[in-house]
Amino acid sequence: MFRPKAPNRPADATWQRAVLCYINTHGFFEPSRAFSRYHHAAWPFGLGRRLAVGRGCLGTFGMKPAALELADLTVCYGRRPAVHHISGRFAPGSLTAIVGPNGAGKSTLLRALAGLQKPESGRIAHEGKARIALLPQLAALDRAFPIACRDVVMQGLWPRIGAFRAVPAAEHARVDQALAAVGLAGLARRPVGSLSAGQLQRLLFARLLVQDAEILLLDEPFNAVDAKTAADLLRLIRQWHGEGRTVIAVLHDLDLVDREFPETLLLARDLIAWGPTTQALSPANRLKARQMAEGWVEEAEACERAA
Amino acid sequence: MIEALFAPFVEFGFMRRALVGSLALAIAAPPLGVFLMLRRMSLTADVLSHGALPGVAVAFLIAGLSVPALWFGGLVAGLLVAVGAGALARVTGGREDATLAALYLLALGLGVALISMGGGAGDLKHILFGSVLGVDDAALLLMAGVATLTLVMLAIGWRPLVLECFDPAFAAATGAHGGFWHLVFMALVVLNMLSAFLALGTLMAVGLMMLPAIAARHWAAEIGGMVYAASAIAVFASVIGLLLSYHADLPSGPAIVLMAGLAWAVSVLFGPVDGLAQRVIRRRHLVG
Repeated sequence: MFRPKAPNRPADATWQRAVLCYINTHGFFEPSRAFSRYHHAAWPFGLGRRLAVGRGCLGTFGMKPAALELADLTVCYGRRPAVHHISGRFAPGSLTAIVGPNGAGKSTLLRALAGLQKPESGRIAHEGKARIALLPQLAALDRAFPIACRDVVMQGLWPRIGAFRAVPAAEHARVDQALAAVGLAGLARRPVGSLSAGQLQRLLFARLLVQDAEILLLDEPFNAVDAKTAADLLRLIRQWHGEGRTVIAVLHDLDLVDREFPETLLLARDLIAWGPTTQALSPANRLKARQMAEGWVEEAEACERAA
Repeated sequence: MIEALFAPFVEFGFMRRALVGSLALAIAAPPLGVFLMLRRMSLTADVLSHGALPGVAVAFLIAGLSVPALWFGGLVAGLLVAVGAGALARVTGGREDATLAALYLLALGLGVALISMGGGAGDLKHILFGSVLGVDDAALLLMAGVATLTLVMLAIGWRPLVLECFDPAFAAATGAHGGFWHLVFMALVVLNMLSAFLALGTLMAVGLMMLPAIAARHWAAEIGGMVYAASAIAVFASVIGLLLSYHADLPSGPAIVLMAGLAWAVSVLFGPVDGLAQRVIRRRHLVG
């Protein structure tokens, strides 16, 4: 469940209002302005927000928490496995960090979960027809492409409008709200190329907001992002968690994982640990992960483990 | 003055045909050029005109100097090179410009070998470098048909194409079939190139596709605006180029390409987006 935070600083008021405005116009709940601005912020431990989000959860249309199950999953580049015989389950509504040394297969696992990479063997199963949204690494997109911020956020509407349908008026409003929710309201018509790395990351979060998916996959969401932006984006992740979405993020900052993510999957090509963060990130497990990463075998033999 | 603008087209049928043919190309091809430019594939159109050679040669060996056969042969070879390069790059994870270079060099070598076997190189050269003033009804219908098809397909595939260019991983994850649409797009490039360069010649086909597209970058900050600007520049270059060729007695293809080149030069110098003039005339920076 989502952890209470310290009371809001005054600097966050606008941001807070924007997020609430976003939730509000989603029809989740309808607090009076006074409620959202003052009482809410004044309550200790962010209790107000906790209640608000809890109530929002009930009103969410069709947001069924979705689980994601891995059965003996192996993903390869050529014959080299990047993710090796992994089994386990992301519980519905769980908030999981994927942690591991460089080259441990974290991004590959995420790409496989998003359906971008075919498993060599094993299976990925999600219950029913859960929508999956992916936040790719910043480096993967063409930042020089001549497209306005607003249009990037609109790409999140793809599951609803596809290639040719018009964008309904209500969706236009949602796009504007998403932009406001990430603090980019004034930049709607700016070309993407003029954004800083942090602003671009905010923009991609706005696209995720519009996508409204049950399962969110975030690849290094806080890379090259300043503290303020990271805090703002983290708040969105908490909000998604509170709404019962399944969130899976690849992260490097272990302190952050320890603070914010209840579950951790520690990966070093093979699965080292998967469970509550404090247990998964025990010194013994971390040492094991480091040793696995250094143990690259030049002349590896064919893997005999049953698929 | 007015007469100088309209008289050539009113008086001469061949000028009217040339105008209609080049306008068809001018409206449909530059949007494709804009996408090619944004994918760093500006030289693709030129490459494809060589890649079509073995198909033309095989058709020539089988059917002789029959224009539909040559066209069809070129189309098959061009599609194989363009779509093959795109698909191969996606399957093997290589760079598309590299696979394209490999396939087109292979095709060009094969084409030259086939032509030397057949011994009819001179005739083929004439076919490959046609003249806009010799456009017949069949070629005109073909160009108009291809232009129509191109615009319709672009309208349907616009969003997937933009997504695929901007963020391919997202396109794949949301199920936009960006890869498929890219191959459709490459097929459209081949169709436009072939419909144009049998009638108008390689230089004009490539020039009218790429020059306005590259110039358009300086007139709009978003891709939608670029596409409109590119088509507008191409239409302008076609009309003025044909008039220039009539009045100054120049070959029409080069005249049109020169006008498109002039439009490009003006865009680079005075265009509102990243134009050179803006570097020279420095205005005070804004407050925020």
